[in-house]
Amino acid sequence: MIASIDLATLWAFIIAFAVFVYVVMDGFDLGLGMLFPLFPAKADRDVMMNSVAPVWDGNETWLVLGGGGLMAAFPLAYAVLMPALYTPIIAMLIGLVFRGVAFEFRWRTTAARNRWDLAFALGSLLATLAQGIALGAILQGVHVEGRHYAGGWWDWLSPFSLLTGVALVIGYSLLGATWLILKTEGALREKAYRLSWGLLFAMLAAIALVSIATPFLSIQYAQRWFAWPNVALAAPVPIAVAAVTAFLIRSLGQKQDSRPFFLALALFALSYAGLGISMYPFIVPQSITIWQAAAPQNSQIFMLFGVAGLVPLILGYTGWAYWVFRGKVRAGSGYH
Amino acid sequence: MLSNLDPIVLARAQFAFTMSFHIVFPAFSIGLASYLAVLEALWLWTGREVFLNLFHYWLKIFAIAFGMGVVSGIVMSYQFGTNWSVFADKTGPVIGPLMAYEVLTAFFLEAGFLGVMLFGLDRVGPRLHFVATLMVAIGTLISAFWILSANSWMQTPVGHAVNPDGQFVVVDWFKVIFNPSFPYRLVHMVLAAYLTTSLVVGAVGAYHLLRDPHLAGPRVMFSMAMWMAALVAPVQILAGDQHGLNTLEHQPAKVMAMEGHYRSHPDGAPLVLFGLPNQAAGKVDYAIEIPKLSSLILKHSLNAPLAGLDTVPRENWPPVPITFWSFRIMVALGFLIFALGLFSLWARWRGTLFDSRPLHVFALTMGPAGFIAVLAGWITTETGRQPFTVYGLLRTADAASPLAAPAVGSSLLAFVVVYFIVFTAGAIYILRLMAASPHHGEQGPRGDVPTRAAGITPASGVAGQGALP
Repeated sequence: MIASIDLATLWAFIIAFAVFVYVVMDGFDLGLGMLFPLFPAKADRDVMMNSVAPVWDGNETWLVLGGGGLMAAFPLAYAVLMPALYTPIIAMLIGLVFRGVAFEFRWRTTAARNRWDLAFALGSLLATLAQGIALGAILQGVHVEGRHYAGGWWDWLSPFSLLTGVALVIGYSLLGATWLILKTEGALREKAYRLSWGLLFAMLAAIALVSIATPFLSIQYAQRWFAWPNVALAAPVPIAVAAVTAFLIRSLGQKQDSRPFFLALALFALSYAGLGISMYPFIVPQSITIWQAAAPQNSQIFMLFGVAGLVPLILGYTGWAYWVFRGKVRAGSGYH
Repeated sequence: MLSNLDPIVLARAQFAFTMSFHIVFPAFSIGLASYLAVLEALWLWTGREVFLNLFHYWLKIFAIAFGMGVVSGIVMSYQFGTNWSVFADKTGPVIGPLMAYEVLTAFFLEAGFLGVMLFGLDRVGPRLHFVATLMVAIGTLISAFWILSANSWMQTPVGHAVNPDGQFVVVDWFKVIFNPSFPYRLVHMVLAAYLTTSLVVGAVGAYHLLRDPHLAGPRVMFSMAMWMAALVAPVQILAGDQHGLNTLEHQPAKVMAMEGHYRSHPDGAPLVLFGLPNQAAGKVDYAIEIPKLSSLILKHSLNAPLAGLDTVPRENWPPVPITFWSFRIMVALGFLIFALGLFSLWARWRGTLFDSRPLHVFALTMGPAGFIAVLAGWITTETGRQPFTVYGLLRTADAASPLAAPAVGSSLLAFVVVYFIVFTAGAIYILRLMAASPHHGEQGPRGDVPTRAAGITPASGVAGQGALP
């Protein structure tokens, strides 16, 4: 469990970081899409859309980095997982196509605006569900022979993967609702508060269910969590979840606009850490470790220069873009 | 029904389909981003409102095209794994880092500054906004650099070795990145993107000039676009010729397919103008040829010998009819663009640039020519590489994922349906924006006023007006 920091481990952390940044950044904007049907008024939708329009493209770029980085640093894992997750990945891509174009299309038509709003909502839902299902399918393990995926194209479908799919839909929706608390005012904000309560409890239930189900998937997960000394390392995660939940409940109760979003992200971070504890050092659970999948050192080192030099820069100008569009978004005025 | 089909054919069809749709958008946005940077620079420099109006006019179109490019591009980045997993495993150590660098140096740069470029003029002021526009434009060019490097390595692989797992591993990164066909391909593609954009801009300008030759915006954009076509088209023909010579050196079978040379010509090869390549018989039926001209173009000597596909094992033949025809389409369009440029120079000299109906009609018809030429050129180079994915080293048939035909067939069908819905709508919205002429007080992508406000709220033309109200 104590990792010597070698190149493959370092890269596992880099990919995990990219995927997490993706979840942090695109989670709320997919969640906001899924909440669209609950906000039928055009003015509300304009505000919602405007609150993410300047940043959504950057958010999704982290997904490209996650995929591209996986291919570059762990080509074998990419080559095994992508065919294994064929249907969810294709579904996710199609979902992202619909929601991505809706950002511009809905402003270019009055006749079909409702249709693009629907495309935005359904595309967001499809992409989220597919991402959650893909996560569950990875956790439950895939059938590998030699250097190939050897299962069928419906292997990903199981009660567990559906559970993780629904869990992610709930989780992203919570991020979306708390984002609206952060970025909007008036009745829109009030409604976001009401939704956040329900979504928070649904998310806690989802975290509990996934946590209970995971050890039953494989004896490795059970050992990882319950055997000594791992239990000492793993135990703080549930405790921290309880603490963050308490803060979140308080911030929702006291209507501290600036907090719920970041606390909801903290819940995600903890769940994500739990996933990491379950999976490490496997990149394809139960079959391929990060060392087996690692690209030759030469490739990993070459990219390390880029990551070390450029990611801080990227985070810097991304942060600047968020800063430029800070503050509440008002109806009819875009940004103010 | 689907299970009777060859999954490799389906996977290739899917890649060709999704790629064909995708390539159109970068080809347009590379050129348009640079054009927007030029327009904004001219506005900052001269303070003339017409440049700001044109900037906002094309910015709205850019926003839609860029969005479509992004979503179709995300699809591409996952296709390597979903449909070509053996390719991904084997070439991941080489191609993967190149694409990772594309994401890190280009995609983030574009995406990070796009929001400010589209919606931020009021918030950051004109100078910082210009920096954002410039970053987006530079990002599109860096993106072209990396992806064409990766593609070129697949065409002319060098600088690598093969490890015991059968993966390509890099010995020399410099050689991999600057592989022999890369500089030629990069120049050819970037010029193609600029020409494509100038043709679109020219066509929109011509469309409005046909209705009213006195409109300020259309006059400016038409003039700029025609300069671009006139200056760049001859350079592009030269670059294409050099690219062809480079291909002859490194991928001779591709040139044989382009030329329709099934047979070797020991004493001067003819240039086949037209004909019907007959792959089964290994000859071009009904060929119309100019004797010795091919040797003159490719070897700069009338009697130079040129080898034909009869020197290449049959299982390594590219699909000649496709390569042959797509190449001719590209070349023909290239010369038409050249002709348009010459025509515009003549009209400019005569002072009829803004009044010559034939010129405007010609420019209008040539609006889509760049896209078709890019697609045709891309088809030429990619089919000419067949039957290999990595030229000479990894066969396409050995690169695909172990997927059954129904899986690939269903996803192909889904992409066809979705792309037709989405990109048809996008094309309509873009054409609708183009149909309105740029006017005084043009708004950016989110004047939250209907498309809005066309002409309703003439802003005062002050710096910073017209992004967000």
